[in-house]
Amino acid sequence: MLGANGAGKTTLLKVISGLVPIKSGVVRLMGQDLSKYLPHQLAALGMAHIPEGRRVFATLTVEENLNLGTWGVRHKLSERQIRETKEWIFTLFPILRERRKQLAGTLSGGEQQMLAIGRGLISKPKILLLDEPSLGLAPILVQEIFRVIRQIHEEEKVSILLVEQNARKALSIANYGYILETGKIAIQGTAAELRENEHVKAAYLGGTRLRNR
Amino acid sequence: MQLLLEQLTNGLTIGSFYALVAMGYSMVYGVMKLINFAHGDFFTLGSYLGYTILVIGSGWVTRTFGLWGGIALAILGAMLGLALGGLLVERVAYRPVYKAGRLPLVVSALGASIFISNGIMAVWGPRFQAYPQTGIPSGTLRLFGEIYIPDIKLVTLLVSLTLMAVIYFIVEKTLFGAAVRATALDRETATLMGINFRSIILFVFSVGPALGALAGVFAGLNYSRIIFNMGWGYGLKAFTATIIGGIGNIPGAMVGGLLLGLLESLFEGFVSGAWKNVFVFLILIVILIVRPTGLIGEKVAEKV
Ligand SMILES: Nc1ncnc2c1ncn2[C@@H]1O[C@H](COP(=O)(O)OP(=O)(O)O)[C@@H](O)[C@H]1O
Ligand SMILES: [Mg+2]
Repeated sequence: MLGANGAGKTTLLKVISGLVPIKSGVVRLMGQDLSKYLPHQLAALGMAHIPEGRRVFATLTVEENLNLGTWGVRHKLSERQIRETKEWIFTLFPILRERRKQLAGTLSGGEQQMLAIGRGLISKPKILLLDEPSLGLAPILVQEIFRVIRQIHEEEKVSILLVEQNARKALSIANYGYILETGKIAIQGTAAELRENEHVKAAYLGGTRLRNR
Repeated sequence: MQLLLEQLTNGLTIGSFYALVAMGYSMVYGVMKLINFAHGDFFTLGSYLGYTILVIGSGWVTRTFGLWGGIALAILGAMLGLALGGLLVERVAYRPVYKAGRLPLVVSALGASIFISNGIMAVWGPRFQAYPQTGIPSGTLRLFGEIYIPDIKLVTLLVSLTLMAVIYFIVEKTLFGAAVRATALDRETATLMGINFRSIILFVFSVGPALGALAGVFAGLNYSRIIFNMGWGYGLKAFTATIIGGIGNIPGAMVGGLLLGLLESLFEGFVSGAWKNVFVFLILIVILIVRPTGLIGEKVAEKV
């Protein structure tokens, strides 16, 4: 999902995960109306939301942050499954293993983002909501994060709803895209279609938006 | 030497009361960002419940299990009663005004405080009551030389410190504790983890008051005289301890409480009893100037 600042991307994700009440319409997950669940119950249904700005628990250790990611599914996953998932996260982001006793607030921005993603993945979600994971990261880290997002999707078959301002990068890994403008979906289509769309090219992929490279 | 040891045990005893009450303040503040003014009155109510159990209920229990059995019953009864009482206060005084914002919540807390202390006065009367001396074991333990320590003080210290250690372990070392701390830091993100805010609230509003009740019963057992408004003084000291240790964190409340009790008792023993409260609040001011976040309340910079 692409869109300018303030288009409503974060709001939409919060609506999906129940943090913002719905005024009209329905959110369904695999056919189920989510309005009959409380926000904290959605993790158990297989949804993980990695919020904008990482939001790691700063005075908790890296390991505690990761473990909390399992809270909503602690009765559904076995100890062993959780241990294995954690191992897998440590292979995705080896730096987290090194830092696991460290307070999350002392990590660099990139490491915090990795932790936020790991904390979302450890619940073995079926669908992952990812809000601007590349925001404020150095280009090399952006590269790394996008590689992992692709890998999660391909290897673990996790459906991902990715919100990004970095349109070029996002369209390079996405299957399908939506353009959100002032709260409404203006354009949608396969990533290839969007890349060729004149409006998208001009407004989101234009050469002037160099800072989004 | 004797005076020093005496004041140290006195300091630890009263310090453990401060610490137990401070932990309740800190838990509720951490999760709700609410200074629970009613918390000092939970302490008083606990003390009166323990008193009542000891006076009316101890006969059979004491005959069957001995004096310590009666005391255990008083402690457990008061703690259980206040755990329920805390939940009740949360339900009727706080929950209806959560949505109204911080200020109405604070006013409601003040109201709860006045309600509880006046309720105690209405039920038990406005005068001092005395814990029945016949219900309290009077034995002493000879430590060494001419140093004696009353059994009840020893038990007070042991039970208080053990319970503190248990709460410390739960909050700092278990996944549930991490969920409590995460909720205190960022409620919205904690919800995304699947943490139910409601159950965290229930935890802090039952365990906090129960710890206060424990301190209340021990205060009665050690000092005998209790009065309906004593929660004010203890609450204020415990709140000071919370600030000294760093509000919102459990180790801070423990360290702050014990430290405050020790310093206060040493000052009382060696300098002046009349000036001890001046001294206590002077410490508070100095610590706030040197370390505004409290002794243990370290703020980890949030990197972007
Ligand atoms: N709690 C709120 N109350 C009112 N308006 C809000 C709130 N949160 C966000 N907004 C507004 O809604 C719009 C969409 O915000 P947001 O979803 O954060 O945009 P995006 O994530 O696309 O940058 C913005 O104009 C923002 O100011
Ligand atoms: Mg946003």
